[in-house]
Amino acid sequence: MDFFNTLIVVLDSTVRLSIPLLFACLAGLYSERAGVFDIGLEGKMLAAAFASASVAAVTGSAWLALGAAVLISVFFALVHGFASITHRGNQIVSGVALNFIAAGTTVILGQAWFQQGGRTPSLGAEARFNAITLPFAEAARDIPVIGFVYYELLSGHSILVYVAFFMVFATWWILFRTRFGLRLRAVGENPAAVDTAGISVAWLRYRAVICTGILCGFAGTYLALAQNAGFVKDMTAGKGYIALAALIFAKWRPVPAMFACLLFGFLDALAIRLQGTPLPMVGRVPAQFFQALPYILTVILLAGFIGKAIPPRAGGVPYVKER
Amino acid sequence: MSTPYAKLPAWADYGLIPLINLIVAFAVAGLVVLLVGENPLRAAGLMLEGAFGSGRNIAYTLYYSTSFIFTGLAVAVAFHGGLFNIGGEGQAYIGGLGVGLVCLTFDSILPWWLTFPLAILGAAAVGAGWAFIPAYLQAKRGSHIVITTIMFNFIAASLMVYLLVGPLKPANSMAPQTRNFLEGGQLPKLNWLIELFGGTVRSSPFNLSFLLALLCAFLVWLLIWRTRLGYEIRTQGHSPKAARYAGIGETRIIIITMMISGALAGMMALNPVMGDQGRLQLDFVTGAGFVGIAAALMGRSHPAGIVPAAILFGMLYQGGAELAFEMPNISRDMIVIIQGLVILFAGALENMFRPAAQSLFASISPRSMGVAASRSGGA
Amino acid sequence: MAENAIELVGINKSFGAVHANRDINLAIPRGTIQGIIGENGAGKSTLMSILYGFYQADSGEIRVNGKPATIATPNDAIAAGIGMVHQHFMLVQNFTVLENVILGAEGEALLNRSISRARSELRRLEKEYGLEVDPDAIVEDLPVGLQQRVEILKALYRGADILILDEPTGVLTPAEADHLFRILAQLKAEGKTVVLITHKLREIMAITDNVAVMRQGQLVASRATKDTTVEELAELMVGRRVLLRVEKGEAAPGDVMLSVRNLTVKDGRGCTVVKDVSFDVKAGEIVGIAGVAGNGQSELIETISGIRRAESGTVSLKGTLLDVTRHVDPGDLRDWGLAHVPEDRHHVGLVLPFEESENAILGYHDHPRYRKGPFLDIERIRQSAREQMTRYDIRPANERLKTANFSGGNQQKIVLAREIEKDPDVLIVGQPTRGVDVGAIEFIHKRLIEMRDAGKAVLIVSVELDEIRSLSDRILVMFDGRIVGERKGDASEGDLGLLMAGVEQREAAE
Repeated sequence: MDFFNTLIVVLDSTVRLSIPLLFACLAGLYSERAGVFDIGLEGKMLAAAFASASVAAVTGSAWLALGAAVLISVFFALVHGFASITHRGNQIVSGVALNFIAAGTTVILGQAWFQQGGRTPSLGAEARFNAITLPFAEAARDIPVIGFVYYELLSGHSILVYVAFFMVFATWWILFRTRFGLRLRAVGENPAAVDTAGISVAWLRYRAVICTGILCGFAGTYLALAQNAGFVKDMTAGKGYIALAALIFAKWRPVPAMFACLLFGFLDALAIRLQGTPLPMVGRVPAQFFQALPYILTVILLAGFIGKAIPPRAGGVPYVKER
Repeated sequence: MSTPYAKLPAWADYGLIPLINLIVAFAVAGLVVLLVGENPLRAAGLMLEGAFGSGRNIAYTLYYSTSFIFTGLAVAVAFHGGLFNIGGEGQAYIGGLGVGLVCLTFDSILPWWLTFPLAILGAAAVGAGWAFIPAYLQAKRGSHIVITTIMFNFIAASLMVYLLVGPLKPANSMAPQTRNFLEGGQLPKLNWLIELFGGTVRSSPFNLSFLLALLCAFLVWLLIWRTRLGYEIRTQGHSPKAARYAGIGETRIIIITMMISGALAGMMALNPVMGDQGRLQLDFVTGAGFVGIAAALMGRSHPAGIVPAAILFGMLYQGGAELAFEMPNISRDMIVIIQGLVILFAGALENMFRPAAQSLFASISPRSMGVAASRSGGA
Repeated sequence: MAENAIELVGINKSFGAVHANRDINLAIPRGTIQGIIGENGAGKSTLMSILYGFYQADSGEIRVNGKPATIATPNDAIAAGIGMVHQHFMLVQNFTVLENVILGAEGEALLNRSISRARSELRRLEKEYGLEVDPDAIVEDLPVGLQQRVEILKALYRGADILILDEPTGVLTPAEADHLFRILAQLKAEGKTVVLITHKLREIMAITDNVAVMRQGQLVASRATKDTTVEELAELMVGRRVLLRVEKGEAAPGDVMLSVRNLTVKDGRGCTVVKDVSFDVKAGEIVGIAGVAGNGQSELIETISGIRRAESGTVSLKGTLLDVTRHVDPGDLRDWGLAHVPEDRHHVGLVLPFEESENAILGYHDHPRYRKGPFLDIERIRQSAREQMTRYDIRPANERLKTANFSGGNQQKIVLAREIEKDPDVLIVGQPTRGVDVGAIEFIHKRLIEMRDAGKAVLIVSVELDEIRSLSDRILVMFDGRIVGERKGDASEGDLGLLMAGVEQREAAE
């Protein structure tokens, strides 16, 4: 029973730790499926976290904060689109640039506005997305196993957690059941086919990066307003890159993306839980090993040793109409 | 057409366009300064003052520049081979391991001038080794080198934390770092060099590795433009098909190019580890690997451009630190913004101003443009 | 309703200095199959791209069903009832057939209904025209012939009354091509108008009602197919151009220098493009390989020169057998006396951003003459580049100039100078004068004859029949990956034209 309880607690924190990855991963999915590589997920998430924390600190409204985060993140996405779609610039270079701009601007503005060394003020409960207790969770708490799972694991998360899981299926549905999704997938594979079918390649790709911006806005908001109570310098700490790794791991598909993010979140939760505790058989495993594991797994996957991750065929290549 | 915008005179291509891009980047940075309620011109003045105002400031500027020369060269060499090495940060970090191990082993038995060459070898070998795996995976298994080098940055960071809080930490210490190197593991300072020109420097981290960086810049130039290997690297980078036609082995060139790039990035570690801190500690790279991308883009991948670009960034780092004293709202993170803007405008948006510049040139000197146009038309 | 489905009136289109379409007038009657024939680069595809809204004509008018139409985008073309089957299929490889068919014509935001509508529509089209294809198959799993059928279905699904097919049989097997023709006949029977762009005379004769011949951007003739002959069309297509006279004496062939036996090569997509090819080239002769582009010539010379691997067969160079089914280092071949001027000088033969002198050593950068240990001997390299520029009259005579800034003719001379100057025993030249001005053509031809007279074995591949005829001592004609005939250097255009169009091969097979 003790092991069971521990497991549930670890899984619970797995869910919490996976959510920013999941939002960012789904965000990247839209852009990359449309043929625009985006290593700027990190920067967009960071900018969004800062925007939401700032607006929440000033207005006290979590929802306004979410709106601001989405706006800023979409703005960054549009700059990326401007460079890589309109001006056919190098998508990697553009992503790197935006990550830096986000990293610097958040701290500078944070310091200028709040004078707390780049932090934003600590937010009270009213300005955050708080845990929601699902119906009957309290009552069910004492029912063995099922009730406990319901109370600990399923209930007690912020609304954004449920939104994230909902977005997995929404993304799947959009991608595979709507006209927009069909065209989006097509433009990432063969933009010329889309062009000859009379559809604007540029506008389609712009819409895809806007979707990326929106979801990165959610990712940042979750970090600042649900997982934490405000913005801290560099609070994304590489999550954008892990999300990218998860996206590759999921071979650019929504449902596997969810599992990849949960896996990477689980590794993170395990690392925290196991700090200093020896494992049976292997003895003490350094926490850094768990931290590095998502990256190591991704490299192994990329090398084609466990399945083959084939990116969208037109990914990273600006579309130039052929003569 | 491989280069749709190739009709500007060379000086405009290599001078004017980068200059315009740079100016725009700084103008946008100026807007951020305005946004936080400071005067951008005064900020720029303070920054220049902070970077060059005294011998000590110059020494600090050059200390930072040293790191950026190494990483800039690393990125540039890879660019020449058509590869984007975004892993300079990790290669430099892990390169510190090479420096650290050499210094810890030999600092008690060898003088610095014998430890130094060994440390260079150590840094270069470890950096090259760290770059080898992504290179091999790219050449043999087609794994995208940008993604693998990013992943390797994080793996390097985890590995270094593990080593510095564990095996490399002296038993009686709490701080995640190695013991201090003895004199045999420390590079002499170059403060005298500044004083030679009349500056006064009481203490600064400016050290011998600066001269090594300049030497590397020269060697990279020699490699790229004067050796057969460099010729092969450039051919592969510009046109893989032409390389195959010329009998140049793609796998070999990808791996060698990345290893040279990794070695250069690894050598960056000499500057802070052996030249300044005198021990191996956490996070000594502080983003220099990424600044290298900006320096390489701005310097057009040519050592003669990278050295000034690196000094510019050194100036921003040092000047920015001084600026933060005067304008508390502007911390050193301002530099990160500028760096990002430079990468954006000199890299991703490098062609934004080209059509305008072209039509400008066409209107000033229709003859020279006409010749170029008819040539490309006949081609 | 007007009698003509399409009328093109005075269409002009230029790309920079190249006048791709010059005052084209053409009327295509409804319910017929119109052939448009011409050599590569005659302007056929440009004309059709204008009709499909991919380009805008510089001047001229398009009338669809008698009414003037503005076709600025593919959307306009689709709306006007024009569908196009592109030479390179515009398909999303990992989509199903259904998804490809509805892309851009979904009709509503949700796919459910558009897919079921498309499914029943496909069933109808399948019955009506014999266009069977599994709607749920993934396109990349389908053979090329079926992929093409998907392209046709796409056009019909959009309600096309006028169907343009750009070189549709280039990628098809003869059986697939026959099936395609049955489909086209069926479409015609249903009242659709078909425009067939091709360079294969056999197809024109087999299926079209009318044929228009294009040459160098102009429409030179229009005939009812039943009133013309293959011979007449071949002549119209090639034209009675003034033969560029090259002074040359009798060849004095010596030993066999290059010997190709049973060579079979696949391209990147796994299609067999060179099929069981065998021939010899002797010292002191020029052998020309004629053929319409895309019949395996490119892959053939790439294989001989070590850029591409063969499936089977052998190549021997001066009696030494090369294992061409494995990797052969082009550098080694150079050392053994084989030089190669590639067809694509922009991407293969030259590195355009390099200085001229750097390109003058491409492939020879390891040559002892150009190196000092690990270094390049820059002085020597520039010196010899300067000398070459004088000898080959390469202008402007500045070896430090970026190669991209030289004209096409001078670029070609840079490559030629580099390859000839190493005094090879075997010289392979792909498209010796493509995109080269007249003055340079003569110069290049003279050099090639000189090589022959110096006792070298010269193999040239060209889509310019003139060039082949004026240079070659022996002519091999390639069609569909095979050598379908060998002629003397003085063979007539008509004779060669028929071979190139695959006519004789067909007759022999029947």
